Parts: sequence; structure tokens; C-alpha cells
Amino acid sequence: MNTLFDKIWDSHVVQIVKDGPTQLYIDRLYCHEVTTPQAFQGLRQRGLKVFRPQQVFAMPDHNIQTHDQDKPVADPVGRKQIDTLDKNCKEFGVTEFKMNTPENGIIHVVGPETGLSLPGMTIVCGDSHTSTHGAMGAVAFGIGTSEVEMVLASQCILQQKPKSMRISINGTLKPGVTAKDVALYLMSQLTTSGATGYFVEYAGDVVRNMSMEGRLTLCNLSIEMGARGGFVAPDEKTFAYIKGKKYAPKGDDWERAVAYWKTLKSGDDAVFDREVTYDAADIEPRITYGTNPGMGIAINGTISTLDEIPESDQASFKKSLKYMGFEPGEKLLGHPIDYVFLGACTNGRIEDFRAFASLVKGHHKAPNVVAWLVPGSWAVAQQIKNEKLDKVLSEAGFEIRQPGCSACLAMNDDKVPAGLYSVSTSNRNFEGRQGPGSRTILASPLVAAAAAITGKVTDPREFM
Amino acid sequence: MKQKFNVITSSCIPLPLENVDTDQIIPARFLKATDKEGFGDNLFRDWRYNKDGSLKKDFVLNDPSYSGCILVAGKNFGSGSSREHAAWAIAGYGFRVVISSFFADIHKNNELNNFVLPVVVTEPFLKELFDSIAKDHKTQVKVDLPNQTVTNMATGKSEHFEINGYKKHCLMNGLDDVDFLVQNRDKVEAFEKNRKTWNR
Repeated sequence: MNTLFDKIWDSHVVQIVKDGPTQLYIDRLYCHEVTTPQAFQGLRQRGLKVFRPQQVFAMPDHNIQTHDQDKPVADPVGRKQIDTLDKNCKEFGVTEFKMNTPENGIIHVVGPETGLSLPGMTIVCGDSHTSTHGAMGAVAFGIGTSEVEMVLASQCILQQKPKSMRISINGTLKPGVTAKDVALYLMSQLTTSGATGYFVEYAGDVVRNMSMEGRLTLCNLSIEMGARGGFVAPDEKTFAYIKGKKYAPKGDDWERAVAYWKTLKSGDDAVFDREVTYDAADIEPRITYGTNPGMGIAINGTISTLDEIPESDQASFKKSLKYMGFEPGEKLLGHPIDYVFLGACTNGRIEDFRAFASLVKGHHKAPNVVAWLVPGSWAVAQQIKNEKLDKVLSEAGFEIRQPGCSACLAMNDDKVPAGLYSVSTSNRNFEGRQGPGSRTILASPLVAAAAAITGKVTDPREFM
Repeated sequence: MKQKFNVITSSCIPLPLENVDTDQIIPARFLKATDKEGFGDNLFRDWRYNKDGSLKKDFVLNDPSYSGCILVAGKNFGSGSSREHAAWAIAGYGFRVVISSFFADIHKNNELNNFVLPVVVTEPFLKELFDSIAKDHKTQVKVDLPNQTVTNMATGKSEHFEINGYKKHCLMNGLDDVDFLVQNRDKVEAFEKNRKTWNR
């Protein structure tokens, strides 16, 4: 009751269907090439037009190669998806940020950085990491392709209203602990289904003090706790971030918008369906050891022993460790690794590149490590140049690739070979996520940087 | 895809693993199609096939003693990616029902939107069902949508399951949400008139 989630959700209710879900109005729909072709095809089969094309923005990001983007995608099947998106956008009058143009990048990086994602909005996309946009103070969530078709057809979606949950993290984060570590910590505490059915509001000192980039990382990972989405109430930091962005309100509209955005907070009397609180002092730099993001430990911690795992979970736990080539009770510090991936909608922003560069500065990439540094958008790529981070990184033996989703889900050529270990700043360590047989260790950009220079799982604080 | 749903009685395929994510149901490299056909062939691809394309003998879908259009899975089924391709793969393979004690939100909606019924049962019911199937691979389960009950025919144990009245009506009559929403466009237009334009 009287939570910010209630305020935003309730102000978008068109009607409540009898014995059924809510018809919810959607302010912004984002489309990428993988989860929309069947939705546009559905419209065509029904003889429908896009209902509100000016509220829909599209960009290809999943299949894109991270080098030579001036050339077409080599894989004919992936190329067909990108061509299909181009064709659909043209036919239905949807704005598209095409591959290899300055506005292109990963949707969840581009939306916030262009001012398309704003406080108080409802935002959806056929992509579970749509929760990222919650950092702007929006109710943003991932949907399926049938639901994309619903929004294209009516600018609405039918949804049961989720329950509300507040996660507060109080105190001050220790040096070397980032938003990514906070999220990995929350997943290990709550498990990957702990927030299923809920929409999460992140609060507390840590979140208030977090940069916008940090909040984007935190909200991005809401789905990995099972949550429908997660958001942070907008504040002065949010307004400063949005001001002047290409699609942000201007002039009088800006003043009116900010006045409204300032009302977007949970009431002092707000009642959440669930409320949990954590202490920043308990959070260390973290890594995962298993095949879901909740299977994580502090970087210097040890994997659970079998008797610490409930009996019903043991089959999955054993299967997971076998896949990863780890043993119960093992410590991972010093474990050799083969690949490092910096990027994705989770950690492909300028602050992530600054963090990575600050740690590797004056060191050199370990010779046995293959490192993929992939900016989340062309705007991030440009900013890296403006700040001369490319020079720092290149002196340390790293090459910066071109933007896209890349090795986060390996739909392009950036695949980790079977059996090899990747320390990755992405969001999922599922079996085969970074390529068939690949073994993913999720981590922050700092942990990834430390691993890249030593070739082993390393505590980044050794270099700070 | 718009298959009307009423009462289904079938043997089951058991998958007693927890947190089965949609990357396992259909790996990303198989998401490149631009239609909804053929995903069933790659359902559980990397658990079902070796690298050379030969069958993995120990995976349940490759065990001929199991059959049926009901998949029974451990808790938190369909977590992770929102890809509806996972639901297309499940439907494409021929499953009409998935039974679990817990579903991830997005995947659950995706199943419903493809006329696959996700049935949430209690942990004890699920455990007993896995036991029944282990004992007799041909164990039948009856899923009765009109009465919202699921019955383990081996033990006779029955449970009520939840589904909202609207969606139940859709499933039983082969209707989908787009049909409904398009009919309600006038309500959307009325709603939009009261909206602030700078925030859209």
C-alpha cells in the first residue's frame, strides 16, 4: 500500500479484467531482433498496424559481431534476424537505431543514456534484463514475444499485479565492493527464485549513494533473483543524469517533469508485501561457482560442502559442480582461468570501463588469457576514447571491441570454448550460456580485471 | 498454436531437477528463427544431444519407456531469459501441460500464451508424483481445467490448482490476449486523453 510501485502501476491501469489480469498501459516498448520477428508477423497475419509507433524504439544488439561492423553479420541466420528487424521497422513506422550507427548499442544501455527511459514510466521489452531501466525510477520488466505483439497492437499488456518487496542495504560498502557484488550477494541470500512474483524497490544508504551506473547494474540483475523487476526511486542524481539527454523533456516540459518525478517515492506509511534489510559490511567482492547466479561466494570464500545443502537441492548442486569442474568445499582463489569478458547490459557502461582500466593500469594482461572488452553502446565506446581509457587499456595489452551483447549469450562469434573458464561481468552462468560447454564465473569489472592480469581468480584489493 | 484446452489424461515425462532455466530449455544459438516452427527439435538440446548430434542415452526424453504430453519438473521451472522460444519448444515437442511446484513469472505467462498449461502443485504432491513415475513410467495424470484439478492416477491423490477466470476462458475457447486488447482499443484511447504528454 502506498508504495512507489503502487503509484506507478496504478496510474497505468486502463482496466481490470473481470476475474482476470490488469490491462496495463505501456509508455515505452523496446524491440530487438531476437524476440520480435514473430510479434510483427502476428500483426501482419491479423491485418493490424502498430498502434503507437512513436512509443516504440528498436535496435539490433544480440547477433551483432564485435568487430568489422561495417560488414554484414557473417552468420546468414543471424543476419536474417537483423534484416527482418530493419524491414519490420520500416514497414510499421518504428524508429530503429541500426547496427553500426552512433545511436546503436545494447537496448538496456542505450535507453537510459539517450533519455528514452524516464522516471514514472512503464517500460517493457522482450528481454528479461529490461529491469535495468528501473534505475531511472521506472517500472520496467521483461516480457515474451506474444506480449510484445500485445503492446505493438494496443500499447497495453495483460498482467497480474506483482507483489511489492523492498530490499534495503544500509551502511557503507567496503573498498573494492561494487554494485555487481551487492547484486551477487542479494542473489545468494535470496536465491534465484527468492523474489519471484515480486517487484523490488531498492533502498537504503548504499543505493542512495550509488551512482546511476551502479543502480543500472543493480536493477539489471533483479530478474536473477526471480523478481519481475526492480527499481530505485528517482532523486537529484537521477534528474542530473537525465537532463540534456537527447530524448529527455526540454524547457517547460523539463520543469513539469521534474516536479512530477519528485513525487515519485514510497510513502512513509508504505506497506510492502515483503521487506528485507542487509548490512553493507557483510558484502565482499564476489564470484559465482555454479550454474545459476545465486550460487556465489565471497572471492576468498569456499564452496559449500554437500552436507550444507538441503537434500532436495543436492542433485542440482552436484550436477552444477560437475559441469563447472569444481569440488564441494573448494576455495576458488588462485584457480586458473582462460577468458575474461567485460561488457553486457550488466557492466558495459563507462563506469565499468573506468573501474577495469583503473585496476589494470601499469600491469599487463596475462599471456594465457583471452580478454573481450565490449562497450555497451557506441556512446560508451566514444566516451572511452574521450577519457583516453583506450590508451590505458591498450598499454596493458587489451583491445576494445565494438558494441553489442557479445559473449553474454554468445549469439555472435564471441563464444568461450567447452571446458574453459571465463570470468565474466555478464549476468548468467547457466550451462552453455557463453558457448556450449563454457564455464562462467560471474564477477564485477574489478574482479574481472584482476583475473585478466594474473590469469587466476584474484582478489582485486591486492591491486588497489 | 491456439489449441482449445479441456481435460487431459496422459503419462508423464519427469525432469526432477530444480531451477531449469530457459537457456537449457532452448539454448541461445537456436533463437535465430523468425517464425515459431521447429523449436521442439531443439528442446533441451544440450542435455538431449551430444556434440556430434547423437542422442545422450541417459536423458529422459531419449528413454523410450517414458512418453506423454505432460512434463513434470522440479521447482523454479523456466527461470532466466524471457525467450518465448522456450514455450514454443515445449509446445512444439508436443507438451500440453507442465507440472511443477514453482514457475518463473515470465515463462509461466509465455506457456499460457501458447496454450500450454502450467500447473502449480505443492511440494509433497510433486515429490509423490516423481515417486509414482519412478515406480511406474506409465503413471497417468489427469489435468481437468474446467474443475481446476490435477490427479495422480497411481495414488488417486488430487489437488486444486489456480488459474484466473479470464485465462481459463481463453484456454478453453482458443482465444488470445491480442484479440481481447484490440477489441479494447477505445478504452486505451480514452486513457491516453488524460495522460501527460511529456512523459510518454
